[in-house]
Amino acid sequence: MEKVKCECGHVNPYGTYLCESCGKPLKEEEGKLANMRYEGVARRSQTYKKSFIDKIWNFFSSVKVGIWIIVILLLASSLGTIYPQEMYIPAGENPTTYYEEEYGTTGKLYYQLGFHNLYGSWWYMLLIAALGISLVICSLDRIVPLHRALKTQRVTRHTGFLKRQRFFAKADTAENPEEEIDKAEQVLLKRRYKVRREDGNLLAEKGRFSRWGPYVNHIGLIIFLIGAMLRFFPAMYIDEHIWVREGEEVVIKGTDGEYFLRNDQFFVEYYDEEDEQFREALERAGAPVVETFQTNATLLRRTDNGAVGVGTELEEVKQQEIRVNEPLTFEGFSLYQVDYKLNELAEFTFAIETEDEELNEEIADLRFTVDLYEPDMVYEFDNGYRIEIMEYFPNFYINDNGTPDTVNRVPDNPRIIFELFTPDMDPETDTGEISLIGIQMNEEINGENEHTIRMVDLDMLNVTALTVRRDRTIPILIVGGAIFMIGLVQGSYWHHRRIWLQNRDGEIWAAGHANKNWNALKNDFEAVSKSAAIPVPADQADNEEAGPEETEGVENKNGPTKQ
Amino acid sequence: MVQLSSNFLLIAFFLYLASTVFFAVSITGRKFKNKEGLENNKAGLFGYITAILAFLAAMTYFVLRWIAAGHAPVSNMFEYTAFLGIMMSFGLIIIYPIYKNNYLGLFTMPIVMLIIAYASMFPREVQPLIPALQSYWLTIHVITVALAQGVLAIGFVGGLLYLIRVIDFTKKSKKVKWLEFIMYSLVSVVAYISLNIGFNAAGYEATFNYINERDNESVVTYTMPAIVGPNQGELVTEDRMEPFFSTPANIVSQDLNTVIWSLLGGLVLYLILRAIFRKPVGGAIQPLLKGVNPNTVDELSYRSIAIGFPLFALGGLIFAMIWAQIAWTRFWGWDPKEVWALITFLFYAAYLHLRLSRGWHGEKSAWMCVIGFAIIMFNLIFVNLVIAGLHSYA
Repeated sequence: MEKVKCECGHVNPYGTYLCESCGKPLKEEEGKLANMRYEGVARRSQTYKKSFIDKIWNFFSSVKVGIWIIVILLLASSLGTIYPQEMYIPAGENPTTYYEEEYGTTGKLYYQLGFHNLYGSWWYMLLIAALGISLVICSLDRIVPLHRALKTQRVTRHTGFLKRQRFFAKADTAENPEEEIDKAEQVLLKRRYKVRREDGNLLAEKGRFSRWGPYVNHIGLIIFLIGAMLRFFPAMYIDEHIWVREGEEVVIKGTDGEYFLRNDQFFVEYYDEEDEQFREALERAGAPVVETFQTNATLLRRTDNGAVGVGTELEEVKQQEIRVNEPLTFEGFSLYQVDYKLNELAEFTFAIETEDEELNEEIADLRFTVDLYEPDMVYEFDNGYRIEIMEYFPNFYINDNGTPDTVNRVPDNPRIIFELFTPDMDPETDTGEISLIGIQMNEEINGENEHTIRMVDLDMLNVTALTVRRDRTIPILIVGGAIFMIGLVQGSYWHHRRIWLQNRDGEIWAAGHANKNWNALKNDFEAVSKSAAIPVPADQADNEEAGPEETEGVENKNGPTKQ
Repeated sequence: MVQLSSNFLLIAFFLYLASTVFFAVSITGRKFKNKEGLENNKAGLFGYITAILAFLAAMTYFVLRWIAAGHAPVSNMFEYTAFLGIMMSFGLIIIYPIYKNNYLGLFTMPIVMLIIAYASMFPREVQPLIPALQSYWLTIHVITVALAQGVLAIGFVGGLLYLIRVIDFTKKSKKVKWLEFIMYSLVSVVAYISLNIGFNAAGYEATFNYINERDNESVVTYTMPAIVGPNQGELVTEDRMEPFFSTPANIVSQDLNTVIWSLLGGLVLYLILRAIFRKPVGGAIQPLLKGVNPNTVDELSYRSIAIGFPLFALGGLIFAMIWAQIAWTRFWGWDPKEVWALITFLFYAAYLHLRLSRGWHGEKSAWMCVIGFAIIMFNLIFVNLVIAGLHSYA
């Protein structure tokens, strides 16, 4: 690969269109305007085509390929919103049947194509990976040569370069071109241009750093994507769920048993329907609107005394009211209010009664309370009565074998089988009076009982559900996102503008280039022309009937490119 | 206070109208002024000043309602859509001084009015915030998004100007058809608003007993005569039109009915326009735009999108993610609204990259500006009202 030496003396890499130093077109171009994209530098992708790696590189370095990836990603993403994704279908529904039942044949197809979990599918991941690769290669392919070209650019440019800029004018009327350029320099300096002079010629440049904006934002995006990818490593990411009853202390999953949470209180608050401000809206809603979900929580930490076998001592770390939008955070963990259950059964209080009035007086004061989460199995009374729990089913049902069983440990439908021993019975050998007791039910199991265990009171409490999260990727995402935004602003809200003024044998040649915002460049030229005898260049793109796109069509004629 | 704030919105609406008129005069009144010997037509400047006054009046509405409600009034369809219209006018206020293009004002102002009028069709009472919305991020996220979309909408107006200016309406072509479709869509919105106001004023109500999607008996009230009735519907109100068709249970029949009315109304209005102009509506506007420099409006719309895009990325994705992390425990959850915000972002990203390629300036780019705005509107209206998701508040 030979280097190309320009007549100005600069040695350009193979594949350069416009000399990096003086801008002389190194390849014959048709059309009136020079192709200024990436300053006409030699890009790797446009130059090497041989090896396999070259081919991969060339494929991903094309902006057109990048755009296709974006467009495919866009279309694919939209498909996933036709029907709800798997995570948004009602809890407990089976996706294999849900989609067909709810949406018919198209729903079935949707499920079969895997669109119910589209964003986690391998091909969607692949698309995102392709986007990432495209970002890296596109940026690398351009930023290095662009940086070199902008650094090595000379003040004095080749006439062929100037003539073929979109903004170009020639003036031979000036009596003293040198002086006019000096005047122009003052104007441009006032407009915050950086001005360089060389042999009486001038290059004024402004906002060059905005050229790096796209590359900065691409770096940010890549960091962001890497951060998002790290989520697949379990150590980076914890997503757990805990239910905590009022008064209960529960270990916070993911903290290795170090932290505990106590639910001091949970409540739901509704908007006051009498409130004048929201009355109309609440009437329209037709149902109460929730104002607050709140858990008054205490965070506890296990104190380690170093001694093995010492029971867990908990010390309070902090108290906080956890609400939606106000998670409790500690050491990278966050606890979010996500769900709740009101009025869960907590305790039953029983009394003992009998037909025998005399006896009834004697046992009238016997009361005992059963904790429905961890019931005591034996209740002994001073007068010799003794009650044992034979079986306890917190969430009673009859299982497939036809025997009583419990669904889980949550006391949603508690049934207790009691065995009652009178003072004259021996619990070891005798069989007491057995009864099965639940809400609004009391069955005698072994024939007629003399005593009735009657429920006299019950206690309920609220349960809160909290999501436990620790996401170690977030700092990376924040860095990526911040860099992305900086790059985006840098590239969008500033513009690279250059003005060349040259004294060519008594003629002033003026040319200008802007990477966007030609309007501002024009204003700058107008300001110059007010103070100096330098004409405002015509927009050569305007002369072409159909606007600028035709004039940029020169590119594919001057060498192999993909765009 | 709420009433007072609504009055300010009404004042703003008429100021937008006044601004439209000024901009119209600035373009059509040029010859007229010349006869009087005045070279400078100040109407454009008046149009701009009126636009600023309108924006201030609208912001007064916004601030008063904020004070009255205790939260930024961007929490339901009426509030957000109206604010989007206001932000679009703000977009004009930003872009106009750069290009001093009166045509842009002439086209932006009516669309702002249309958006605000459309917003007013939704329930307007002050709503209490559900727990998920009680955060200062509501203010930050939504206001940034509205601002971004307002500026992006100016890109749409630029694109529309470009298309009407350059398309050849004397020949039949796909381009003409699509442009007429845009015109028809705009006219349909006008039809929807007029019909809604009309039937409301007449107090039209027709109640049906019907069987809903869960096979239960239910009652629905139509506010427009039923062209399509609900599933197994039975008209209860006397002297009301019997529907011609009935819908399956899983379709919200009264909404479909409204859509049909709007489309028919739009068709009638459109055909009237065609009958008056005797050519495509775009073609009838075209002569008005002969002073438009296609390159300028092309750059103008590119510029608007270059300004709006970073704002959208910030408000629609970054702020959205921060808030989602706080309120919903995860910064991203593939909720339809999130996905469509991502699609909007990707679409404009594709647009900005295509601007680097040859052949994508001018007309193609103008079409993309139009499609981008369509995506924004789709995300606002369709995703909120039709696709169920976490953002369905209204």
